[in-house]
Amino acid sequence: MTHDGNGEARELVVNALARVEGEGAMTVVVRGGQVADVQLRIYEPPRFFEAFLRGRGYTEPPDITSRICGICPVAYEMSACSAIEDACGVTVPDEIRLMRRLLYCGEWIESHTLHIYLLHAPDFLGYPGAIEMAKDHRDVVERGLRLKKAGNSLMDLVGGRSVHPVNVRVGGFYRMPSRGELAALRPELERALYDALATVTMAAAFDFPDFEQDYEYLSLRTDHDYPIETGTFVTSSGRTFPVPAFGEEVTEHQVPHSHALHARLRDVGTYVVGPLARYSLNHDRLPPAAREAADAAGLRTTCRNPFRSIVVRAVEVVVACEEALRIIDGWTDGHAPAVEVTPRAGVGHGATEAPRGVLYHRYELSSDGTVLDAQIVPPTSQNQASIENDLRGFVQARLDLDTEELTRQCEQAIRNYDPCISCATHFLDLTVEEA
Amino acid sequence: MTDHPTLTAPPAASEQRKPRLAVWKFASCDGCQLTLLNCEDELLHLAGEIEVAYFLEATRAVVEGPYDLSLVEGSVTTAEDAERIQQVRASSRRLVTIGACATAGGIQALRNFADVEEFRAAVYAQPEYVETLSTSTPIAAHVPVDFELRGCPIDKGQLVEVITAFVQDRKPRVTGESVCVECKRRGNICVTVAHGTPCLGPVTHTGCGALCPSYDRGCYGCFGPADTTNTVSLSGRLRELGMPQRDVRRVYSTFNTAAPAFAKESARHSEEGDGDAARGGTS
Repeated sequence: MTHDGNGEARELVVNALARVEGEGAMTVVVRGGQVADVQLRIYEPPRFFEAFLRGRGYTEPPDITSRICGICPVAYEMSACSAIEDACGVTVPDEIRLMRRLLYCGEWIESHTLHIYLLHAPDFLGYPGAIEMAKDHRDVVERGLRLKKAGNSLMDLVGGRSVHPVNVRVGGFYRMPSRGELAALRPELERALYDALATVTMAAAFDFPDFEQDYEYLSLRTDHDYPIETGTFVTSSGRTFPVPAFGEEVTEHQVPHSHALHARLRDVGTYVVGPLARYSLNHDRLPPAAREAADAAGLRTTCRNPFRSIVVRAVEVVVACEEALRIIDGWTDGHAPAVEVTPRAGVGHGATEAPRGVLYHRYELSSDGTVLDAQIVPPTSQNQASIENDLRGFVQARLDLDTEELTRQCEQAIRNYDPCISCATHFLDLTVEEA
Repeated sequence: MTDHPTLTAPPAASEQRKPRLAVWKFASCDGCQLTLLNCEDELLHLAGEIEVAYFLEATRAVVEGPYDLSLVEGSVTTAEDAERIQQVRASSRRLVTIGACATAGGIQALRNFADVEEFRAAVYAQPEYVETLSTSTPIAAHVPVDFELRGCPIDKGQLVEVITAFVQDRKPRVTGESVCVECKRRGNICVTVAHGTPCLGPVTHTGCGALCPSYDRGCYGCFGPADTTNTVSLSGRLRELGMPQRDVRRVYSTFNTAAPAFAKESARHSEEGDGDAARGGTS
């Protein structure tokens, strides 16, 4: 491998990133001992959701946009429902909000556990993937699969199935699960909470590079709980704004090397959404077991080392398990599954916390409920610029590593964000070029 | 291609070696690949029986082909992918498409009935950065396919059955009957007969477990057309139930919009304006 000690040029290239959701590539160009260019290329072919949503009925976006991402379909369904209900002037009753939160907890458990155990832990333990890792750490992988399955079980019950759930509609659900059905899930979720706490302990013991970053964080926040299905925007620099102001505060712009649009926060520029942002802006909203686990893992009230995101993600699995148990235990039967939503001309905004961060939808409807315009801002496109910034700083400090090892570590740095390229296309490929 | 292929290819070169599995992604949402990772109870056992040789979502380790079984997710929407699927086919003894995108073009095939230049301009400020074909096409439009697994997303049980069948070199036990048959077997009360709820069950391919009617919802066609369909009759019933023509057109134009039986029926409702259609714009 060539080294750059004498100023010769290097290029780190990964043409197809592994263990991310969707198709992305990375290129890092080093010239004269300086990182000259970093590109996180998202070559996943565009599918034009925002274009073909126009002309559809107002009841269709939850089912249609769930197909943007098989990993976080609930997030799409929830943001779409919120936006359309907003356009139609409807607020759903608390029971429907709670059942949405319960379904969403299932997705957080499933998606975070997939990332922690199958996509990210192999980096820390030194394996190409979880199947190879299972040869030496079968109990670890089995715990991950068991935990992931608990999330899927929750989605199967509340949503009908875990990939593209069928039970969600504008206004609520088609059928409300009964207290009995929910109670039957309790033993599996209790075990999941136990496994989630063990996951925090496991992740906290990994080795983390010293890589604190001065991020601007953006997340939702509520006055009563950890943000998942609803909230108002807050940032680490102290700005707050309601969901409908998202379009004024965040602008998207296009770069030639990516099918994802880069997002920028007004007067700030690059910002970060996702587990680190949510945790740092809502530490005081953590439920008891999650807070205790975070303390024991050595996390403070904020976390600015992206490599520790795996620990924060594990803490959020604890949050989801605790919240799911709380909702199930308090559930009573007899609530209508949905409220009627009558279309009207207008614009609606919806934002929820997808596992990877803020997911914003905006729809303009005509008086008969036809979608006239749709805008979707997924978490990974908001994080894309920050991923590139991280790589720039990370590579610059590690130019003494050989190309193979440096490239491997760059991939790990990208996985810190659990990037979902399927989502972001209008979104990822890793080439570390040394030119 | 057919749902019931004749399996004539020779067995794997070496009887000793574990069969090599590859998983490929084209334009898609990753949900059907995820279905493989969602086989939590079977995954480690499966990995003991087969060699996961190429599966980028799960491992950075890549074993060179040829592969005994390739699972292909996603549709072809770029010139590069049209070339890549040829290479995948050439390196695969068996090729199975997984899901509505690979089998029918997916929801992104809505572009086939629209102006893709206008689509590109609607989403991207600088459309020239984005390369795409004007159509989204299923894998079988490009290369021979040994088996097509339906669904948006595919069903976990059917996926395990198809992988097992190919490892054992037998025909997968997956039928092409309608959701109605599965729904009756499940003991559901018909949502259309009992409640007047519009349902695509009579024309939709089985596989989901008649999920929607079990949730008090009409089937919305995730698995695409069944082997035999009478869409004209069903559309008549949907209209009787009060569904505007515009919505009849829309229900066939989703995840399997380019599947011939659904595309044809949708088109039948596009021009025959009844007021509703005129008001609703096009899908």
